Amino acid sequence: MKTITSSKPVEEVMGYLEKCQKVYIIGCGTCATMCHTGGKSEVLGMKEKLEGSGKKVTGWMIIPTACDELTKYALEEEAERIKEADCVLAMTCAVGVQTIALHLKDKKPVYPALNTLFIGMEDSPGHFTEVCLQCGSCVLGRTAAICPLVRCSKSLLNGPCGGSSGGKCEVSEDIPCAWQLIYDRLAEMGRLDEMEEIEPFKDWSVSVTGGPRKIDAEAECTTTS
Amino acid sequence: MKAGTKLERILASGKFAVTAEAGPPKGTSAEAIRKKGELLRHCCDAVNVTDNQTAIVRMSSLAGCLLLKQQGIEPVMQMVVRDRNRLALQGDVLGAVALGIGNILCLSGDHQKFGNHPGAKGVFDIDSIQLLQTLRMMRDEHKFISGEDISGEVPVFIGAAANPFADPFEYRVHRLAKKLKAGADFIQTQAVYDVPRFARWMEMLTERGLDKQVHILAGVIPIRSAGMARYMRDYVPGVNVPDEIVTRMEKSESPKEEGVKIILEIVEQLKDMPGVHGIHIMAVGWEDIVPDVVAKSGLMPRPVV
Repeated sequence: MKTITSSKPVEEVMGYLEKCQKVYIIGCGTCATMCHTGGKSEVLGMKEKLEGSGKKVTGWMIIPTACDELTKYALEEEAERIKEADCVLAMTCAVGVQTIALHLKDKKPVYPALNTLFIGMEDSPGHFTEVCLQCGSCVLGRTAAICPLVRCSKSLLNGPCGGSSGGKCEVSEDIPCAWQLIYDRLAEMGRLDEMEEIEPFKDWSVSVTGGPRKIDAEAECTTTS
Repeated sequence: MKAGTKLERILASGKFAVTAEAGPPKGTSAEAIRKKGELLRHCCDAVNVTDNQTAIVRMSSLAGCLLLKQQGIEPVMQMVVRDRNRLALQGDVLGAVALGIGNILCLSGDHQKFGNHPGAKGVFDIDSIQLLQTLRMMRDEHKFISGEDISGEVPVFIGAAANPFADPFEYRVHRLAKKLKAGADFIQTQAVYDVPRFARWMEMLTERGLDKQVHILAGVIPIRSAGMARYMRDYVPGVNVPDEIVTRMEKSESPKEEGVKIILEIVEQLKDMPGVHGIHIMAVGWEDIVPDVVAKSGLMPRPVV
């Protein structure tokens, strides 16, 4: 599982930093390193850019996994240099940004340098595709293990719309029609009759619009064991 | 009778139905709708009012339908699931019924990327097949999706779209069966230019007896120019214009006349095709040709039922 990120436009980042003369930069050694958006070379590149525009970089670090709880200790170790800065620039995914802001003792702005895109599947080295919406009520058992919620541009649950042509989505030549893929896989398995079953209304209350979701993995382990 | 609309009565009586499409204006002019209504009044049985067609903001379908209704013209309200969630869709159905609108066509809607607000969030809370289910549940069980009771009757004649020109082709009959199972009473298809492919699709569904369970209205779009033919062939999702038609338009010295001739030839074949119960004319921006097309097809005067 990888959180896929892309760099924000330089103008947007510089806009955030307009009022900050001194900046502390944080990268992440996991997903952002792999996406080449927040690893060591990108952090050093950012440092050079900021210094080139007349700002002072008080320090930088690459937290091994910025989204986890240990980030708190990494921040404590760098407290002096962070204190000196007017803000923190986080070259991490949005979970990293929020984890840093949560654990930062010395309250100051934490600005994101990246856009967090999706949980991606690596099709080939360095190429990622969004394959899961994290909807909270998985339909893969009924869709030949291909998620139409995120791979179909209209999140259709009951088959391809009228815009499916030659295996492509109407939205772009670069998007394979998810329902064509599902159809082909069901055909291979001799299960095409499943295409006529009507998928029930989706319960979005367990998804992004249902309010923040929480899980207590420890408690789950206790109840299931 | 499900709703007893004129469209339903005509189809139930076995007569060949004619519907046409009227796109609402990108503005507030009631007159713009009324003008289209007057043009179409005598040559078709019901007029579809599109719902933010091609993802471009226009006057709402509900308002457009009411304006037609006030003129004594029967509307078909189109509803796409792109712009509204299940609360808004169901609320608008109640409103439409209260205003005397009885025909509703359920659609997915073109993707917002194609329209004038490409940054909009596509809703797609439910899909078009689930919208059909919703309408049938509201009508037959007097219940909302939630299972709660609706007060009052919800007499609606439920329509769905079908596109025999999209892929996978073999699936298109299954999709129709699925829409029927979900609640469709009538179908308006994507524009037919490739008559042999359409005929194959009709054959496949008549073999399954589906034509006995749902009324199929074949879509037609009159072509005005060679440019329009090329554009529809190359850029309009889900439309399949054979090269032969594009060439005919390109070679013609009076393309408008040629376009009408082509459509009349297509309508002639559709009229005789087993299982086709009517035509749906989508003369986008060329509504004044519709009376001519209907008259020359021998479909005038329209029946009184």
